Amino acid sequence: MKKIASKDSKLLLIFSGAVLLMPLWLAPFGAAYPDLLQKFAIYGIFAIGFNILFGLTGYLSFGHAAFLGVGSYAAVWSFKLFTMNVLPAVLFGVFFAGLLALAIGFVSLRRSGIYFSILTLAFAQMSYNLAYSVLTPITNGETGLQLTLNDPRWLDSLYKVAGEGLPSTELFGLKMSGYPGFYFCAIILIVCFFISLRIFRSPFGLMLRGVKSNQNRMNYTGLNTRPYMLSAFVISGMYAGLAGSLLAVTDPLAGAERMQWTASGEVVLMTILGGVGTLVGPMLGAGLIKYFENIFSSFNSNILHEIFSFLPDGIENVMVKVTGLFVGSGWHLTLGLLFMIVVIFLPGGIVEGAQKVKNLFVSNDQKGSAESSPEKQAVE
Amino acid sequence: MDAIIIQILNGVDKGAAYALIALGLTLVFGTLGIVNFAHGALFMLGAFCAVTFNKIMTLSVKIKDESVTLFDAYKEEPYLKIWFGETGEALIDYAVPLSILFAIPIMILVGYVMERGLIRHFYRRPHADQILVTFGLAIVLQELIKASFGANPIPQAAPAILAGSANVGSWIGLGDTLVYPWWRLIYLGFSGLIIFSVFAFLQFTTYGMVVRAGMRDRETVGLLGINIERRFTIVFALAAVVAGVAGVMYTPILPPDYHMGMDFLVLSFVVVVVGGMGSLGGAVAAGFLLGIVQSFASMNEVKQILPGVDQIIIYLVAVVILLTRPRGLMGRAGVMEE
Amino acid sequence: MTDFKKLDRRQVLKFGAAGAAALGAAPLFYSRNAWAESFRNDPGSAKNVTLGFNVPQSGPYADEGADELRAYKLAVKHLNGEGDGGMMNTFQPSSLKGNGILGKKVTFTTGDTQTKSDAARASAKRMIEKDGALMITGGSSSGVAVAVQGLCQESGIIFMAGLTHSNDTTGKDKRRYGFRHFFNAYMSGAALGPVLEKEYGKERSAYHLTADYTWGWTQEESMRQFTEGFGWQTTAAVKTPVGAGDFSQYITPVLNSGADVLILNHYGKDMINSLTQAVQFGLRDKQVNGKNFEIVVPLFSRLMAQGAGDNIKGILGSTNWNWSLKDEGSSAFVKSFGAEYGNPPSMAAHTCYVQTLLYANACEMAGTFYPPEVIKALEGFKFDGMGNGATEYRAEDHQCFKDVLVVRGNQNPSSQFDLLEVVETTPRSQVEYDAKIFGGELGPYKV
Repeated sequence: MKKIASKDSKLLLIFSGAVLLMPLWLAPFGAAYPDLLQKFAIYGIFAIGFNILFGLTGYLSFGHAAFLGVGSYAAVWSFKLFTMNVLPAVLFGVFFAGLLALAIGFVSLRRSGIYFSILTLAFAQMSYNLAYSVLTPITNGETGLQLTLNDPRWLDSLYKVAGEGLPSTELFGLKMSGYPGFYFCAIILIVCFFISLRIFRSPFGLMLRGVKSNQNRMNYTGLNTRPYMLSAFVISGMYAGLAGSLLAVTDPLAGAERMQWTASGEVVLMTILGGVGTLVGPMLGAGLIKYFENIFSSFNSNILHEIFSFLPDGIENVMVKVTGLFVGSGWHLTLGLLFMIVVIFLPGGIVEGAQKVKNLFVSNDQKGSAESSPEKQAVE
Repeated sequence: MDAIIIQILNGVDKGAAYALIALGLTLVFGTLGIVNFAHGALFMLGAFCAVTFNKIMTLSVKIKDESVTLFDAYKEEPYLKIWFGETGEALIDYAVPLSILFAIPIMILVGYVMERGLIRHFYRRPHADQILVTFGLAIVLQELIKASFGANPIPQAAPAILAGSANVGSWIGLGDTLVYPWWRLIYLGFSGLIIFSVFAFLQFTTYGMVVRAGMRDRETVGLLGINIERRFTIVFALAAVVAGVAGVMYTPILPPDYHMGMDFLVLSFVVVVVGGMGSLGGAVAAGFLLGIVQSFASMNEVKQILPGVDQIIIYLVAVVILLTRPRGLMGRAGVMEE
Repeated sequence: MTDFKKLDRRQVLKFGAAGAAALGAAPLFYSRNAWAESFRNDPGSAKNVTLGFNVPQSGPYADEGADELRAYKLAVKHLNGEGDGGMMNTFQPSSLKGNGILGKKVTFTTGDTQTKSDAARASAKRMIEKDGALMITGGSSSGVAVAVQGLCQESGIIFMAGLTHSNDTTGKDKRRYGFRHFFNAYMSGAALGPVLEKEYGKERSAYHLTADYTWGWTQEESMRQFTEGFGWQTTAAVKTPVGAGDFSQYITPVLNSGADVLILNHYGKDMINSLTQAVQFGLRDKQVNGKNFEIVVPLFSRLMAQGAGDNIKGILGSTNWNWSLKDEGSSAFVKSFGAEYGNPPSMAAHTCYVQTLLYANACEMAGTFYPPEVIKALEGFKFDGMGNGATEYRAEDHQCFKDVLVVRGNQNPSSQFDLLEVVETTPRSQVEYDAKIFGGELGPYKV
């Protein structure tokens, strides 16, 4: 047990280091700018939270985007009504997402398997459709909820004179855009990772895994699993709400499409891509998808011509044409291929795949130690 | 009264479309245990079979518009028309129904290749892997269509003779105000035919019997020495054909574009699950039910009482049904409940 | 002093990267007050300036976005003095020299908005934070335009809107840093109204089907205001879900409602589907109250007409610009675009090209890239030779005022591009309105 604990602290330390140093080691990949770094951290939180439900219990929710959206709306309303300080906004976001998760989870967990998935999907789609149309007074519909000059901001107006333009989000005076915003999200991500680690190792986590392997057997032992399931659902909903509120913290806008099924599907894909039930997998999956969305989509023919400029003209043009299919407006194609390749060649996602590759290279006598590495434990 | 009858008609028509898409999905779901997120893409591919066929039929001589000198602007004169005159024009006019003949072999091939090349290796893999691989495949297929046909919808006309509306009212003695487009009535009849054929195939042929047995208990069937694998390939190809012809016939109603599969994907999953896992009849019933409910919820009289109800009605009904009936309308115990 | 001046906001932010987050606020504060000209993404002594082209490359408007991108690339070419110069030769009064902007070569960065506010803002932020874009332009829907415009205001980057038609963009949600050349729903109504009266008479009852989101609502409101103004009745106005696909359940009630005009306040795919299906239900062959039943689509483009096929023939609507216009500016642009890409530009391409030139010209006029000065140069700027006749960027709401085209789907197209026939060019005076009616505030010059 002690050994595991020390392994965990090592893992946590490596994870924290990697996250905090992202601005440095991501620079060669062209990903070291505040907005994308923030998105890595935020969607990492979303995916880690989703994994607590899906990875541990095997219950696949197809409606987690609803909690992301509610978190965002709650945070923006906190900016509009009370104060530009981000702490209340985050708290409101987590609270309301948790509340909604409690309601949806209470109802949906009466069913299992695909029936559960469709119930959560139905609730999220209803939230999305209503937010887009009839709830516009609250959500500002298609345009998205934004700050305006006429917002009351009661708390702020008590001790501050409103400036000429729109105020920015802040943490006791520290602006939450740019790099400070990233470090704020990164620290929260590390805390969230730590909590998730503790949950995975706790008796509670063990109980949830029992549900995954055989719920009936768990029930026969006289144990009512539903409170455990509901807690896992609410916790994971709160993670999503936290992620949603952080999206609003770094960029005060909340749009309805955050709740659409495609957004729910995205977090499912992130988790599976990285590795369901592994600790760092979901974070990796989230990073990869966001990287493709933001960087691959920005390659245009000019950039490609620069890249291939060392080739003779004819070959250069052919290369630009061919690669042009996969980047720029074709970035979805690359993403689709990535999904297929990963799942075909790395069953179980990137983390497990990497583990297998590692095992190939490690000789038999060392194999034992490789298998008890933190990631592997998390899988088991 | 008219308004209600016509909304029932709308609902049945919509329901036929939902049922037809859900039918193939539930076949693959129930028989092969595969969560196929690429099913919408098969529907889309079918629609683009019609587009391709139409393009082939209307291969044209390009007659340049001389008043435009800055780029190539031209009028098209199809070869078929030049060669065969009115017969050629009639052929082009019937391009959509004719393209079914073109779509069937192509969809069989697509289904065969998909099952043999990809899906087969995922029968024993977790659902999570199936979701990821089929979703990836769906994206790849739709991006390939986008790269070759563009993102703008491409209009497909129904044959001119079917372009107008049928006077449904006078058939049932309700006067002239009740009219419904011929093509939608044809689509309704066509869906009925396909659904009936699939049922008949599964019910009355030995082949279908084995497949149904496989749906119930794959291992035992395998133990009996029956080559279940080959039959699975055929089931998958059948599902692809059903989705494909549904796509072909839908093109005059909805001009096809590369994204149409994704637009129908979620809905078809809802229909299948509300119908109950592993039940073909359930999927069809759920399709019609949801279609009719949706039509009624969209009536002005209803929307005035409950604004926006037409936006959510399908999901609302899905929730109510799944909460009152644990396995949807006609689901079997133990299918996809884990 | 120059050394200190280099310590602009971006570099300060970069210092933050080293982990000195707390360091951030103080130097920022000083540098801003001490040297007013210091601003976000100041190109300083660099040889290039970067513009950000943020267009939909995936999703329903991908083709429109691709055409916008072509227009932007052409504009960059012309600004840098390459190619035949296009509308640079007809644009009056022009300060453009054909040597880039203020002597700096123009380069660009592109991104995919996916027609989603979140993705569009993320893409714009990448352009601002990573690529150092000085100006952001593009977009194919109002929701995205309003969202990106808000971001640009907060970042102190000028936003030149692409295709956005909602009244809100330069009304309720207008921003000091946002400019729109495209027309809006109000102008569509004002231009279309008199033509509808002339063609279909004063005694009509209209049935509206309206896309259930902000653009649809403003479009319906404007159309009702003008048609009711000359005596039309509104039988019903029904909201339809966005992306409904099958609209049959909304169309059948029209059949026996007693209405004799159907107004489709839909755009893009929704419009193509609802129009196709409305025609299928025989609405256009119908006689109601002794009159021919008519369908009106307030806003449409050539690309949409292409998607609707034969169904759009004979249908009235409005558009910002069409390639068949014969004025000097339009001809020059069509010639240059056609020679480059082999097809005529869409109206989205036109507005995007014009916006890029207008921004460059404003920088030349101001003699600096400093946004507040560029904004002042654009505000109230009057110009001609860009394809829409004499045009003015109104200072009060950053909306361009120019003639509006009323078009009809061409019955006998002479080529695959000849889909719209211009029925009337509504003079600018007829579509003008008081900037106050839509509310909103522009906000400050300095951010």
